[in-house]
Amino acid sequence: MLHPIPVLKETPSQTAGPYVHIGMTPNFCGITGVIDADLGKTMLNGPVEGERIDIVLRVIDGAGAPLSDGLVEIWQADASGNFVGPTAPCSNAAPAFTGWGRQPCGEDGSLTFETIKPGRVRGPDGKLMAPHVALWIVARGINIGLQTRLYFEDEAEANASDFVLNKIMDKRRRETLIARREEGPVPRYVLDIHLQGEKETVFFDM
Amino acid sequence: MSGIILPGADGLLFQRDRDWHPPANTPGYKSTTFRAPRHSLLSLGPTQSEMTGPTFGHEKLGPLDNDLIRNFSQDGTEAIGQRLIVYGQVLDENARPVPNTLVEYWQANAGGRYRHKKEGYLAALDPNFGGFGRSITDENGFYHFRTIKPGAYPWPNTGNDWRPAHIHFSVFGHAFAQRLITQMYFEGDPMIWQCPIVRTINDEAAINQLTARLDRLNTTPMDALCYRFDIVLRGRRSTMFENKLEGN
Repeated sequence: MLHPIPVLKETPSQTAGPYVHIGMTPNFCGITGVIDADLGKTMLNGPVEGERIDIVLRVIDGAGAPLSDGLVEIWQADASGNFVGPTAPCSNAAPAFTGWGRQPCGEDGSLTFETIKPGRVRGPDGKLMAPHVALWIVARGINIGLQTRLYFEDEAEANASDFVLNKIMDKRRRETLIARREEGPVPRYVLDIHLQGEKETVFFDM
Repeated sequence: MSGIILPGADGLLFQRDRDWHPPANTPGYKSTTFRAPRHSLLSLGPTQSEMTGPTFGHEKLGPLDNDLIRNFSQDGTEAIGQRLIVYGQVLDENARPVPNTLVEYWQANAGGRYRHKKEGYLAALDPNFGGFGRSITDENGFYHFRTIKPGAYPWPNTGNDWRPAHIHFSVFGHAFAQRLITQMYFEGDPMIWQCPIVRTINDEAAINQLTARLDRLNTTPMDALCYRFDIVLRGRRSTMFENKLEGN
């Protein structure tokens, strides 16, 4: 039999505009009392297995200016390499680890996710990918959300065999995805995201 | 239809049609100049990290979350403006409804003013309008909310550009790679076609897809006009044609 072919086109993207914080982090920009807390602000709601880390990002444009109006979401596996499954439609229990975070850029373009280091997830080739976090970046002047990933400096061996990193032909550009580790009471992984320029981050169409 | 396995059930996502979406660098919208990546995107199939995504339970939403006329008001005074019901269905490219997914929306007030400290337009704030709301789609993929019609407003860009009345939308779907932000415009608005942000999209049919239709029959008598805005997210290929995603 003939199967139906796709009949609809994806809704085209438009920029999130200068006021994306109103819609996605209303409390952050002073629209209080509508919702209790900005969605995605907290990824950890109780004791969770894995190494507690902070992911510290800074988003910078091609002129070197910080994206103070930007917003980043992350999605990652838990410490065992599993993704949080669908929430039951009528459940109001927040999972101890949500796997998903959303933060607005501050005036200096920076933002921090309090999370845990993800485990390894199997890639399309059947091998384990290096630990990573998926990123999605929106702002004024970004016509369609930018997809990229964050990898971890101290996972050099896993990074060297990672399915996605190895698709980046110019090896020097792989470095644009690898966060630097800074020790502290909570270790920090620090990464600058450059929208343009010599250090332009690798963005994906996945 | 029972017993027939339709394609698009659980394969990988269709590739995005980047010609349908706006390109990254669109000189008519000046903010893209320093924010558009210069390298080509690296095209890869999605992996588990992109095929999964966050979900949200209904209970997290408050009763006024989808009522912008009331949800910011301290004393029950309603927001000023032309009252609207906006609704629609979230579907995928296979025309399958996308149930239980979060839809967020934000907009200017009836005068075209956003509630934001960096907003410089002289139109007055409405003390009873915050400009933000959210819904979770029902089992058939439908969302709806109550609001006022946002005003058109000027912005600098080339000195005297005007945005058509619009509402911003953020939609999740069920996979992180379905994540979408867009804007909804109003049928018949002459401001649409002169807007540099609308015109970042090259295809007239794609622009029409962002235009909500007046739903005259569903207007609420003596209360609110009604507009319908359906949203389409990336569809999934059939697993009949490919190996299953490893580990899924």
